[in-house]
Amino acid sequence: MPDTVTATEASPTGTLDGDYDDAAGYYTPGTPLIDTKAPDGPIADRWQNRKFEARLVNPANRRKLSIIIVGTGLAGASAAATLGEAGYNVKTFCYQDSPRRAHSIAAQGGINAAKNYKEDGDSVHRLFYDTVKGGDYRSREDNVYRLAEVSTNIIDQCVAQGVPFAREYGGLLDNRSFGGVQVSRTFYARGQTGQQLLIGAYQALERQISAGTVSMHSRHEMLELVVADGKARGIIARDMITGEIQTHLADVVVLASGGYGNVFYLSTNAMGSNVTAAWRAHRKGAYMANPCYTQIHPTCIPVTGTHQSKLTLMSESLRNDGRIWVPKDQADCDKDPRDIPEEARDYYLERIYPAFGNLVPRDIASRAAKYQCDDGRGVGPEVDGVRRGVYLDFADAIERLGRDAVENKYGNLFDMYARITGEDPYTVPMRIYPAVHYVMGGLWVDYDLQSTIPGLFVTGEANFSDHGANRLGASALMQGLADGYFVLPHTIRDYLADGPFEPIAEDHPAVVEARESVQGRIEHFLTVNGERSVDSYHRELGNIMWEYCGMERTEDGLKKAIDLIRTLKDDFYRNVKVLGTAESLNQSLEKAGRVADFFELGELMCIDALNRRESCGGHFRGESQTEDGEALRHDDEFAYVSAWEWAGDDESNQMRAPVLHKEDLVYTAIEMKQRSYK
Amino acid sequence: MNLTLKIWRQPDAASAGAMHTYQLADVSEDMSFLEMLDVLNEQLNAEGEDPIAFDSDCREGICGMCGLMINGEAHGPEVTTTCQLHMRSFSDGETITIEPWRSDAFPVLKDLVVDRSAFDRIIQQGGFISVNTGSAPEAHSVPVPKDDADRAFNVATCIGCGACVAACPNGSASLFMGAKITHLGLLPQGQPERDERVVNMVAQHDHEGFGGCTNIGECTAACPKEIPLDVISQLNKDLRTAIRHGH
Repeated sequence: MPDTVTATEASPTGTLDGDYDDAAGYYTPGTPLIDTKAPDGPIADRWQNRKFEARLVNPANRRKLSIIIVGTGLAGASAAATLGEAGYNVKTFCYQDSPRRAHSIAAQGGINAAKNYKEDGDSVHRLFYDTVKGGDYRSREDNVYRLAEVSTNIIDQCVAQGVPFAREYGGLLDNRSFGGVQVSRTFYARGQTGQQLLIGAYQALERQISAGTVSMHSRHEMLELVVADGKARGIIARDMITGEIQTHLADVVVLASGGYGNVFYLSTNAMGSNVTAAWRAHRKGAYMANPCYTQIHPTCIPVTGTHQSKLTLMSESLRNDGRIWVPKDQADCDKDPRDIPEEARDYYLERIYPAFGNLVPRDIASRAAKYQCDDGRGVGPEVDGVRRGVYLDFADAIERLGRDAVENKYGNLFDMYARITGEDPYTVPMRIYPAVHYVMGGLWVDYDLQSTIPGLFVTGEANFSDHGANRLGASALMQGLADGYFVLPHTIRDYLADGPFEPIAEDHPAVVEARESVQGRIEHFLTVNGERSVDSYHRELGNIMWEYCGMERTEDGLKKAIDLIRTLKDDFYRNVKVLGTAESLNQSLEKAGRVADFFELGELMCIDALNRRESCGGHFRGESQTEDGEALRHDDEFAYVSAWEWAGDDESNQMRAPVLHKEDLVYTAIEMKQRSYK
Repeated sequence: MNLTLKIWRQPDAASAGAMHTYQLADVSEDMSFLEMLDVLNEQLNAEGEDPIAFDSDCREGICGMCGLMINGEAHGPEVTTTCQLHMRSFSDGETITIEPWRSDAFPVLKDLVVDRSAFDRIIQQGGFISVNTGSAPEAHSVPVPKDDADRAFNVATCIGCGACVAACPNGSASLFMGAKITHLGLLPQGQPERDERVVNMVAQHDHEGFGGCTNIGECTAACPKEIPLDVISQLNKDLRTAIRHGH
């Protein structure tokens, strides 16, 4: 849906009192981050120059160099395959039983690339421009330009691998317009683009495993990063079947471990998606950037009860023909929607945003749905005393276009909805509600995708760099593959050119410390023997995050959330109940470690949201809106990346105030503009 | 609804397993099958009994991680993944039997969790197109007829869940293998390695201990992605051609 691109533009408005700081006391100011290693010169030449300047490693030396890659989704599998082909020794890790299961597989829509096959005015510069603007001017210009630049190579690579993209009758690739963008630049494989791209990368990875350049450690989870003599040199992993704690050492470590949306408990992320790999690196010195930027999708299937384990996204294309409404009168909320007459319905998006109607951007549509439900006019089953759903009604579309036409356009989505809810959306209006879908925040990286720990590189959703405060549709897959196939292999060789590195021994103090930390935590969880399950804590944490750090954030709400999280976390460490042993497959133990890290991340997200006293993209601060209730950005004060440094914790496991380093965002190739949808 | 659940419990790969019986009350028909097991696990945890281990990840029907034999059927009574099966497919008072995938080539690791890495090793023997990163030609330089591309997509939708193997009385992985061989064989990019691919993948399949195919068709009936049985004919045809070519 239109994220920003078709919006009319107005000049920035509003200023803040610079002396006031909502987050005062919750953090310590740090030195600014100045060197992002981005090259100088015209933006179109920067990546070419960087690739040329990056030092080479001769083929005979590559096999003496070792690389650990954690996570084998689009970013990890593509990097592992490419670095394996180049002749490095690559060790990869994933928590699933096979790299083919990574959550990239669930992406439905498509992948953007500036191929301009439709000759409709697209170009590398336009994809760059749309992405920066879509991210509300909170992404780094150089990285985004490079993303757009290599996007065309991705399509060539995937087609050569046999990815069955949609084609026209002439045998050439088809494109569609996606996410409200006015050019057709999205390549797709029905509603399963993520699956097809991931299988392509997985097959390239399996080819290298067979060739012996890559070793795969599935059902392994990284639980600690080894930082020796100031450099990332390995990981501590747990074999999830035997429980064995293993040390894996290498010359460089890459995290491609995905996003952390599961901090909200309910999200569209896979059950196992977690923050532990990134968070453990954060605790060892990698800065966490823009953690509060969360993308929330308006068109998900609503929650039906407290048993709910995850949420399912339905393509936003549904908003092209569906009309969104709630009853005007609370008394009608439990009625059959077909018995509610037209005049008793509130088509609230059409009423408030007549120009865009049901096609307003995701964040606006999401917030508007929340307001209706908070106001007591939600529909569907009551969960914890509130109905959280609004109707997405196709009755008009079916009357106008005919049932067959609607079935042709949306049939698979209707079937999916019917399967999950047991209701027939052709005769009863669908119910939708917003859900957490993607996080734009992640570990801070420079232009080379290197974190603040030398030798630790971060790719895909696990880093922060390309999407700013909001991600355009069909851009997540593009970033994962751009990083893995085309960016990291060049930048990492410059780092590896410093090799051969001094080997480190298993009894190096940094290794011993990391292993002991893992063992200590496992032992703790298994010996607390309290009263509550891990899941019950995770659900409660998720409720706090969703309520106070979800679609709308306020100073009071965020401060309350921080208090609630601290209290709940304290209780978790004293009262969690994890049965079983450390030396076997133990899914409760796995979850306990992840939830412990989600507590700390959740608190940092709230502090970050408290610091950012503006609304932008996926971050809506109640205090920063126009008279019409629109998001109000403050470029004069907040055009920076928040990069948070870990400051340690105390004996009772509470975080000390983190240190905020700001990276100013400077735009040389693009002009900052305010958005408006009125 | 109230249910009686008979579930396979096995502490690890080396130990013997046995069926255990559990009672579960207040199951909502809106729960997915896996959410029903989540609720049972909360109950077991509270009672101090080790929760039941089972695999799942996306819970959207696409990652292929989940998979249970439910009342003797792979993924249960509907043509879907276990995560997309809902309790409204069952009735109050019912007894449900839940077991792990049945196949010697998928050894049980714990309770309902099995090891499907044999599938990855089959792919390693040729389930790919050999193209190094950066050496790909411009995408439009190789047109693919739309019908071929569409059919390649249809069979590329295999999620590698293993239901085909679990459902097959012979424990054959021919549907899984045939889907990949058909997908890559339909595309011009897949031709240079076509003979070698089928010979090597079939050899690995047999080496892993999967059984031979006798065209019973239980695989395609259980497949949540409805991969058609004719991919096995294609597999056999490609194998014959490869042998004729001297492989």
